[in-house]
Amino acid sequence: MLWRRNLSLQARETRDAYIGLLPFLLGFVIFIAGPLIYSFYLSFTRYEILSPPRWSGLANYTRMFGEDEVLWQSLRVTVIYTLVAVPTQVVVGYAMALLLNLKVKGLSFWRTAFYMPAVVPAMAVAYVFSWMLQSDVGLLNQFLRSIGLPGPKWFGDPNWVLAAFILMSAWAVGGTLLLYLSALQGVPTELYDAAKVDGANAWRRFLNVTLPMTSPIIFFVFLTGMIGTFQVFTVAFVTTNGGPGNASLFYILYLYRTGWEYLQMGYAAAMAWLLFVILLVVTLLSLRLSRSAVFYEGAQE
Amino acid sequence: MSEIGSAQPGGVLAQPSQRFDGDWTRRRQVGSRLLGRGLLYLVLTALTVLLVAPLVWMVSASFKPEGYVFEYPPRLIAEQIQWWNYVEAWNQFPFWRSLRNTMTITIGVELGRLLSASLTAYVFARLRFPGRHALFLLVLSTMMIPYHVVLIPQYLLFRNLNWLDSFRPLIVPHFFGGGAFFIFLLRQFFMTIPRDYDDAARIDGAGAFGILWRIILPMSKPALATVAIFTFMAEWNDFLAPLIYLNSQEKYTLAIAIRQWQQVAVWGAGAYVPPTWNAIMSMSTVLTVPPVLIFFFTQRYFIQGVVISGIKG
Repeated sequence: MLWRRNLSLQARETRDAYIGLLPFLLGFVIFIAGPLIYSFYLSFTRYEILSPPRWSGLANYTRMFGEDEVLWQSLRVTVIYTLVAVPTQVVVGYAMALLLNLKVKGLSFWRTAFYMPAVVPAMAVAYVFSWMLQSDVGLLNQFLRSIGLPGPKWFGDPNWVLAAFILMSAWAVGGTLLLYLSALQGVPTELYDAAKVDGANAWRRFLNVTLPMTSPIIFFVFLTGMIGTFQVFTVAFVTTNGGPGNASLFYILYLYRTGWEYLQMGYAAAMAWLLFVILLVVTLLSLRLSRSAVFYEGAQE
Repeated sequence: MSEIGSAQPGGVLAQPSQRFDGDWTRRRQVGSRLLGRGLLYLVLTALTVLLVAPLVWMVSASFKPEGYVFEYPPRLIAEQIQWWNYVEAWNQFPFWRSLRNTMTITIGVELGRLLSASLTAYVFARLRFPGRHALFLLVLSTMMIPYHVVLIPQYLLFRNLNWLDSFRPLIVPHFFGGGAFFIFLLRQFFMTIPRDYDDAARIDGAGAFGILWRIILPMSKPALATVAIFTFMAEWNDFLAPLIYLNSQEKYTLAIAIRQWQQVAVWGAGAYVPPTWNAIMSMSTVLTVPPVLIFFFTQRYFIQGVVISGIKG
């Protein structure tokens, strides 16, 4: 125990810190950094699991950008879904939070009701909606028929299948509610009072106080929502498995198929890297754009 | 926070005095405000009905005889209540074993994450050392890396270790850091605990990890509960990873087993007999009830988790 006493206080703290960080650092190397590099290497190989990977240069990438129509279909599906589902999440969720922020009675009741769909497991959501959206006998279409509207075939129609998915995501829109509510409640009341003194009406107070003060959270919901919709898997796998005719082939579904059904691990690794780059670019771009649109309190000019 | 809001003057309390001052425009304002309130509660009620209806239908269909599932207009409770939809469904596949598998995995992940995320979070919250800032940025940056990018190499790694078709690939990684989000959440909480407690323990001879174990962790029960609850939700819902790593039926988690049962065949029946919708709804209800109940009873931890982690995010 003598050596221990000889260490200075700071040296001991440093030693303790790195001992404490050891699990994380090991995990980072083994499960994140290593795999990231290895999958980059794999993306330049042909690897069908049973025989070792063989270097194939840019073959995977030329296939990806030149020949593989299905990949572009899966990107298209994912992007269309993202472009509709994310703004819905951002705007409808925000509107819900604004309603609940109007000093309503029984706040916790409404909050629970709105948030609840977000904790329902994806599998159950998938089953409930594929039951309710049956084309002939499903409840929604029977209802639509009863008021004289033709019900679409939803999951059975290539033109409507994404609408069904968007409906499912819209149902769980309350998942953003807690975040928004805590942001709205964090806006200092002095700001509203000052705006009132200046004669601002409710609408102006919303535009000039509420919106800028909560914009970081709106942006956060937007960004995490987008990263989430790019990784849709379970609901698609359970309801349509990509069909009809690849009309709901989400990107991760195609990646799963490539890797674990066609056993093309090299190509799947290239797809994973493409996803990584897309998400990185999207994130950096929106961070850049957000600098002008988002107001950060206390940020230095 | 909401209590502070409703206690402010000028809200509900200020209205009665305004109503009796005889000023017509005031009175009209109060009237339109009441109308606005009415409209507000109408909208809230409509939204609630819309959002809760699918779940009510799910539960109601799970108790109906097969022929009544698509009845329109739907009845909340059919003439016959068929409890055995549930029994029949879980006799058709190894329900209890898959439930046990899910729980085993969840407990393993909880253990790994609670231990290693709090250890990592503690180092960043309390200790000073060279490279601290850079390493914390490294932790945060791992949040940016989608799971799917590292999925293939991780799968190959576990394959080389001969860990496929076991729970190890699903549990062991969580002992190595526990995930950036949870590290961040716990660190934020640890930083709110006054350092005086540490100093007192240090005088009593506790080392850095003694302080974590005897002071910080016992004082952080709410934050640890938040981590535990979020983890349960994630593991209960997990689908892709168990789908990839577990191949034999006796290893399946509940979600995978239900999927298999719904898709492939009724066990032991020989021929393909797809389960009926009332049976599927019964299993969907089984999947839904635990997370919803947990959400009901632990809402404050949800809110806390959001408040701690979200604001700075």
